[in-house]
Amino acid sequence: MSDPQITLAQALNQALDNELARDDSVFLLGEDIIDPAGGAAKVTAGLSTKYGTQRVRETPISEQAIIGAATGASLLGMRPVAEIMIADFYAVCLDQLANHAAKLRYMSGGRTNVPITVRGLATGGLQFGAQHSQMVEAWFAHTPGLKIAIPSTPADGKGLLTAAIRDDDPTIIIEPATLYAMKGPVPAGEHVVPLGKADIKRAGSDVTIITYGKQVHDSLDAAAQLAGEIDVEVLDLRSIVPWDAEAMLESVSRTRRAVVVHQAVQRFGVGAEIAAWLSQELFGSLAAPILRVGAEYTPVPYSAELEAAHLPSTARILDAVRTVCKA
Amino acid sequence: MADDDAQLDAKIRLQIYETMTKINLADERVRGLLMSGKIMIVYYSPRGQECIPAAVAAAMEPDDYTVTTYRGMHDSIASGAPLGEILAEMMGKATGTSKGKGGPMHLSDPNSGLMVTTGIVGGGIPIANGVALASQLKGLDRVTVCYFGDGATNIGAFHEALNLAAVWDLPIVFVCQNNEYGEYTPRLDSQRVEHISERAASYGMPGVTVDGNDPDATYRVATEAVRRARAGLGPTLIEAKTYRFMGHLFGDQMPYMPKEELQAAIAADPVPRYRELLIADGTATEAELGEIDQRLTGELEQAVQAALDAPLPDPAELFTDVYAAEVPA
Repeated sequence: MSDPQITLAQALNQALDNELARDDSVFLLGEDIIDPAGGAAKVTAGLSTKYGTQRVRETPISEQAIIGAATGASLLGMRPVAEIMIADFYAVCLDQLANHAAKLRYMSGGRTNVPITVRGLATGGLQFGAQHSQMVEAWFAHTPGLKIAIPSTPADGKGLLTAAIRDDDPTIIIEPATLYAMKGPVPAGEHVVPLGKADIKRAGSDVTIITYGKQVHDSLDAAAQLAGEIDVEVLDLRSIVPWDAEAMLESVSRTRRAVVVHQAVQRFGVGAEIAAWLSQELFGSLAAPILRVGAEYTPVPYSAELEAAHLPSTARILDAVRTVCKA
Repeated sequence: MADDDAQLDAKIRLQIYETMTKINLADERVRGLLMSGKIMIVYYSPRGQECIPAAVAAAMEPDDYTVTTYRGMHDSIASGAPLGEILAEMMGKATGTSKGKGGPMHLSDPNSGLMVTTGIVGGGIPIANGVALASQLKGLDRVTVCYFGDGATNIGAFHEALNLAAVWDLPIVFVCQNNEYGEYTPRLDSQRVEHISERAASYGMPGVTVDGNDPDATYRVATEAVRRARAGLGPTLIEAKTYRFMGHLFGDQMPYMPKEELQAAIAADPVPRYRELLIADGTATEAELGEIDQRLTGELEQAVQAALDAPLPDPAELFTDVYAAEVPA
């Protein structure tokens, strides 16, 4: 029997439901997460009704207080899952994440740890403007102590969120809102996707696209369009920290060409780190410089045409892949 | 209810005396080490503020929790964290509370309930809420005390955290050690409320101002706040008024503090004053207090020597404790 087809939002809900049922130390907190609202994107729908408002806790619009409460509770062994509604709002609680959650293990010499999960959506391409459309994974990747994962499919969403909740370090899951309604096969019951394990979403031999989140699908589109011309491998990194060094090295040593694609602005982004690291590791065996495809270095504009010009597109991925394959 | 005029139990008062003396001696010794060049560290002296954690800790149970801030050596000592490990941590030694990886601004000792010391003004307050929430969810019957300065009451985290603590009826006591200066700025140049405790009203929790240099009064106020918290009646904001004798950080020449104000505060030094009071009202004799002082001095010397002699952390420690398991580059 094949796995049931459910949406990403439903898959994430299943992960939360399973972990709440499995472990008494798990609880949820965030803005508007209780029923009847059930979360701004309905990811927590039904959970406060099932588990009560002690374990699924409504909060004021106070992101610092949310992350602080999660962090403090985790010091006593709880496993809180905090919702930060939209990724842009991480800016208002960055002190709690970057100065506290990320560093308490280190600053205590390992005597305390912060097993929190922080999850929420990120948009982009939905005309929400400059303060509701950013991808912010580079902020966190640049902060030792935090882990970060970005799912591209319902099954990965369920598996990564489950892994994050069980992980002993603070882990941020950024959920691409544009994929919430996307359906895919998701194993019923327990499903864990370990952090730090990439997934080859399409095998190929000419070039590797390293990507994650929504751009996995754009990359698969590009790969499909190039079929017969260039054989593209699409490597879904799934988690940025920790990342799957082995999978990237294996794939790119085979194809000798790579393009890194992400939605966040290209300059100073995760793609820059991947490209620099791979160039160093595989110098001499690469057939072409590693290219990056990310957003233009501007705030995210509102107008549809401008936003489309800002964001990476399938067309830009096609260009980049063709360029590295010509070299 | 205890009659406010009735004298507190002698045992409690001697406990408070012992803690404040321990803090006072340790502070003096650390400043001596700095002055003689034996150690070089950033040091935020708690001199003048010893009474507050000494009295508050006496109102707490041993397994209650403490969260504090970078001017926090006094709070750490009062929480019961081992003095030797505190000093070793301040000196960056392998035997410190955090193996030398935290430093003077990040003392923590979960064994004694000292969960976090933050170097970010106000940053510990939201986390203290979480500690209180976990003890509530786990039914631990433990209270969390969160210390911070007057400067922290102007930062957003204070507002968010006190509001949430009230909404959730958390078993927590917020203790603002109001020493009238936020770094180099007088408090009333940066806020318009006469009493910080007035701010409690906007969160729907009780707010009390107390003379933090009066250990007996501070103990009474703390006892009531801890009782409320433990009984499930929610948080209290205590403003304990005090004064900083040594400025912001060690070496501060304090040009921004009026000389007369500082001299008056030092003349009313709460540590010798409490000692005199205990002798005057017959709680203890000079000889009995002298014995305590002597014992504490002996313990301190041992702790200081052990910290000075302790090894530095192994260089490999750089890469441990970032994550549960090392994350490959």
